[in-house]
Amino acid sequence: MIPSSASRSPRWLAASLLSLGVAAPALAQEDPIKVGILHSLSGTMAISETVLKETVEMLIAQQNAEGGLLGRQLEAVVVDPASDWPLFAEKARELLAQQEVDVIFGNWTSVSRKSVLPVVEELNGLLFYPVQYEGEESSENVFYTGAAPNQQAIPAVDYLMNEVGVERWVLAGTDYVYPRTTNKILEAYLKGHGVGEADIMINYTPFGHSDWQNIVSEIKAFGSEGKKTAVVSTINGDANVPFYRELGNQGLDAADIPVVAFSVGEQELTGIDTAPLVGHLAAWNYFMSVDTDANYDFIDAWIEYTGDDMAVTNDPMEAHYIGFHMWAEAVRKAGTTEVDAVKEAIIGVSVPNLTGGYAAMMPNHHITKPVLIGEIQDNGQFSIVWETPSTVAGDAWSDYLEGSKDLISDWRAPMSCGNYNVVTGSCGGGEAEVASAE
Amino acid sequence: MRMIRSLVRALFCLVVVALAAPAALAAADDDGQARLEALDTRAYADKGEAIEALAASGDPRTRRWLEALMDGKLQRHKETGRFVVVLENRGRHWPVADALTGEALGEMSRRELDRIGINNALRGRLQSTLAVLDLRVEDAGARREAARDLLGRVDAAMVAPLEDVLEAEGDPEVRRLLAQGLAIHRLERGEAAAVEALAGSLNPEARAALSAAARSEDPDLAEAASGALADIEQKLRLNRGLETLYFGLSLGSVLVLAAIGLAITFGVMGVINMAHGELMMLGAYTTWAMQQLLPGQPGLALLLAIPAGFLVAALAGVAIERGVIQFLKGRPLETLLATFGVSLILQQLVRTVISPLNRTVVTPEWMSGSLMINEGLSLTLNRLYVLGFALLVFAGLMLVMRRTRLGLEVRAVTQNRAMARAMGIRATRVDILTFALGSGVAGLAGVALSQLTNVGPNLGQNYIIDSFMVVVFGGVGNLWGTLVAGLSLGVINQVLEPWAGAVLAKILVLVFIILFIQKRPRGLFPQKGRAAEG
Amino acid sequence: MPDSTSWLSRPFRERATRLFLGVLLTALAVVTLLHLALPAGHPLHVSTYTVTLLGKYLSYALLAVAVDLVWGYLGILSLGHGAFFALGGYAMGMYLMRQIGDRGVYGDPLLPDFMVFLDWDELPWYWLGFDMAGFAFVMVLLAPGLLALVFGFLAFRSRVTGVYLSIITQALTFALMLAFFRNEMGFGGNNGLTDFKELLGFDLRSDATRLGLFLATGVALALGYVLCRAIVSSKLGRVCVATRDAEARTRFLGYRVERFQLFVFVVSAMLAGVAGALYVPQVGIINPGEFSPIFSIEIVLWVALGGRGTLYGAVIGALLVNYAKTVFTGAMPDAWLFALGGMFVLVTVLLPKGIAGLLAYRLRRRPSARPSSPDPASPKEASA
Repeated sequence: MIPSSASRSPRWLAASLLSLGVAAPALAQEDPIKVGILHSLSGTMAISETVLKETVEMLIAQQNAEGGLLGRQLEAVVVDPASDWPLFAEKARELLAQQEVDVIFGNWTSVSRKSVLPVVEELNGLLFYPVQYEGEESSENVFYTGAAPNQQAIPAVDYLMNEVGVERWVLAGTDYVYPRTTNKILEAYLKGHGVGEADIMINYTPFGHSDWQNIVSEIKAFGSEGKKTAVVSTINGDANVPFYRELGNQGLDAADIPVVAFSVGEQELTGIDTAPLVGHLAAWNYFMSVDTDANYDFIDAWIEYTGDDMAVTNDPMEAHYIGFHMWAEAVRKAGTTEVDAVKEAIIGVSVPNLTGGYAAMMPNHHITKPVLIGEIQDNGQFSIVWETPSTVAGDAWSDYLEGSKDLISDWRAPMSCGNYNVVTGSCGGGEAEVASAE
Repeated sequence: MRMIRSLVRALFCLVVVALAAPAALAAADDDGQARLEALDTRAYADKGEAIEALAASGDPRTRRWLEALMDGKLQRHKETGRFVVVLENRGRHWPVADALTGEALGEMSRRELDRIGINNALRGRLQSTLAVLDLRVEDAGARREAARDLLGRVDAAMVAPLEDVLEAEGDPEVRRLLAQGLAIHRLERGEAAAVEALAGSLNPEARAALSAAARSEDPDLAEAASGALADIEQKLRLNRGLETLYFGLSLGSVLVLAAIGLAITFGVMGVINMAHGELMMLGAYTTWAMQQLLPGQPGLALLLAIPAGFLVAALAGVAIERGVIQFLKGRPLETLLATFGVSLILQQLVRTVISPLNRTVVTPEWMSGSLMINEGLSLTLNRLYVLGFALLVFAGLMLVMRRTRLGLEVRAVTQNRAMARAMGIRATRVDILTFALGSGVAGLAGVALSQLTNVGPNLGQNYIIDSFMVVVFGGVGNLWGTLVAGLSLGVINQVLEPWAGAVLAKILVLVFIILFIQKRPRGLFPQKGRAAEG
Repeated sequence: MPDSTSWLSRPFRERATRLFLGVLLTALAVVTLLHLALPAGHPLHVSTYTVTLLGKYLSYALLAVAVDLVWGYLGILSLGHGAFFALGGYAMGMYLMRQIGDRGVYGDPLLPDFMVFLDWDELPWYWLGFDMAGFAFVMVLLAPGLLALVFGFLAFRSRVTGVYLSIITQALTFALMLAFFRNEMGFGGNNGLTDFKELLGFDLRSDATRLGLFLATGVALALGYVLCRAIVSSKLGRVCVATRDAEARTRFLGYRVERFQLFVFVVSAMLAGVAGALYVPQVGIINPGEFSPIFSIEIVLWVALGGRGTLYGAVIGALLVNYAKTVFTGAMPDAWLFALGGMFVLVTVLLPKGIAGLLAYRLRRRPSARPSSPDPASPKEASA
């Protein structure tokens, strides 16, 4: 009845010592470096997360082919949290406490990250989170390599407002925290730019919503008021196919009412007949169609790795690519995989991204990214129509939300705080937390 | 706007030039290269001007280039600077042809090519330009399509050519649309007289123009437009009601399709088949596989998928019946447990063998778009087909159950197994066939669903719970009950949705079912007689 | 009814109960000992990770016992017990949320983080009182209890039975899931409640607290088991079994069947609520996923696998399936669903009375043992 072998001599005590900042005895050199992969391979999120697991496995294989890290080989430790949020926490604990991995790459949904967060903080692990998210978080142990709202949503709205001349906005999303927060930020932003209450329509639907007839019809009516209208979609995963199908069938094309999506990438488009979608938009920090040699090399490697000539790459894969290389660079810099040393070394590390620039790890554990707007083409790829002139640094705390506009995050000494309030000059609720933990 | 004007003129000339002067070709190559080079710029404004210049040039290849440009297939070889047209742009290596000479150049990789990109604004301009050209084709249907495309896109430069076309046009529908298009343009320029031409039009573009006019500074115009708008709103109200009803019936038909197979296996046989959703998934994947086998013929593949989907799911059903269910005779609740295991296995099987990603199922031409009843009400074709398909399947199933020997035997075995066997009915065979029938119908539902939603490993799970609700609400063991329950739940849901929102509407429907069952503990159409007592 | 002492002591007269409690308490003691007494490096040391995991299994086991009480002895196949579990969990989660106080990321003394960034101005009325442990713990029992009371009152009065009852319990949990997903509800939407700090002043991250929670869950399971056993071996329990086997006949004998059903159903819902409340601090999150109908079906599967109508079978099933899930998701992440699915199919087909059926068979062959449970494959159930 004892789960996982107790005979594998877990170094629980060592792990807790580590968390208190006490130097641990160096692991034997011949031990491989363990890289934990925490992505759902079954359940509803398997659709999105399976490729990320394979991406990390490919990156590990590539690193090993180059001789590993610090003279040690890398070893992937894969578990399946099965799209079950409490199971994410359990599996994270298994990876850190039982398997003693040096770093974890994982998670997709916000709720899975929230579930894992206390575990990673308690056991002092490293988590690289590769997906665009709602922000409003900065953990000492998590590195956010996906976009924060200011690296995706706001530039996209800017583009529609300035380049396309949109005056009327539908904010449509799945009812969970990422769309809620993003829409809240966008609403504040739009109102700040003179858009009236009557020109914003907000709509939430449940996960996997498949009957869009009424909503699309409402959007159509909303859009026929004589002002250029656009839909900003934070609709999640599976609900997108029926949504776009309904759009196409009710005759709304991109020229009339463009839809800009933040959760639809190349991987999602492989499941959609794209012909009726040509011209609809997506905002990401990477597209497979980016024209750089680094990107082509990555795509070639990916196709070779999967053995599928039609395999596609997407933004979260690039985020893992960046995250993995940043971690490897930090390990090299620190000369050890020891968590505290890597955490310190990684801030300021800069590695090439796939879009022809560099991504740097900021003190708030977010990275710099370019923002690209692409239009869907009939071959399921995006044609890039606009990009920010330079990279944008991720903002953990939105400037447009009442509760968070005064917060900043800086994990460098001496501040070392994820939610420093610049008005009160104190480290938010985190201070009390640190005090009680020690 | 100046640009569009000249673009349109240029293309009008182009048609003439293309027919009259094919001779100038050889000498034009340097010019052609230069014109294409002008397109190869990052700024969209410059690109627009280059398109304008290109169109004005009268080069006979212009249309081909512009179409390639629109599809993102006009590209440039990085090394040589040569312009090419990509013939097929899926995968990594693309067959290409020289843009200037049309000579095939074999395959090139994405890495070697630079795409000449456009954005929505340029695409819109190109589209309306091409639409103006299409107004001169033979096919009246295409002309109507083009005229409809032009609604709300007419600008000053087009007025003169369009008026010429309007004069020559014989088709009344095209004439009406063109007149409306011109009226919208006049309204946008502030001519109050145009309001009259648009009065009563249900077209959303006309409504948009009127709404804009109603906000205008000119009080006369605003008043006239508001009046016309109020009139239109009145008419639209009826349309909206009809539309909601259609949405409801359409959602209901999906529910009926998903549930009707279950009504057989669950209602008639008493097997609680949790793998029912996965059998639907198999049907949907069969559609996908058929389309893979018959590339380029999605419609034919879809038609063939109907029998194929039925067969695949029915065979899987037979396997489940033989492998699992036959051992659980007399323990119906345990079929729930075992088939839940089967459903897990089937899901993971699809993930492992095919892919965890969703598959693309193409909608054939004849199923895309919508059927226009009037300009304010159109019925989406794919859903219309699914609605018809659901009714057909239902009718077919009723026929089987009421008019065939199998149906008779099934009813006999359901009502009294021992007695039926005593009468010489081979109950085991009937079990197999019934389960195969129910499963096959699930496969049919899957084929239909592939036209509405994701084809992926989770397809089944999304429908299983709703299906059970429908069967129970309608009354277990009663096919009519399933039909009425499915359609009415669909309509209730869609009527509630605009008022309560999608989530709340669904919750209310569930609460309604719970309360309804209190009133009628055996569903809408309770089974009567011995079989009901159990 | 007999006096209360005999009512309570009767369960202990049964061999199965004594055996079960003996095994459970010994296991608790052994795990505690191995965890505390042995150094971390020792091969037999039980890590905190394992202790927490076992704690989670035990809370699932209590939930399974609750389901077995209504399914095994009352013949009601509830496909919605996850709802009661989750309600208990939410009540506990709300208490834990309020305990965070101003240590949330925004430092708001009153509002939980998710309310701050979704612009709630004040705490909704139904969150009031949850800062008090006593009130919260009462709600752990009351919230699921009340829901079961209302739902059961309606359903049993209308004599909704069999599959109809199963499906509307499923509709109930499905509706609640959708409702809790809605962010307007004020329960944190899809993210649910998380980032808990302390329980009754104990730091949830400390090893001692985890061990304490594990032991508390074990004790709760023992008490829940005894309570259920007491119910089923009382006269009331016999009426229940009679109802399960022939509802109409029991009615004709003059019993107000629906009252018995309602009482047992409410008790079962409360037990599920307690299980949920113990589950939440150990896994650190509660979200609407626990309301999902699939989870409720899984609970039924544990019971079926272990053997229904025995109570201890439910415990065995819950422990076994969840242990298998833990092992398989780590050891064979790509193929564990095949193993789990295969297990369900094989056990249902080959072991109709579950694992407890095997055990009971062994026990029965000894002359001293009486069959402690009625036959699960009853005629009533066969026609449901």
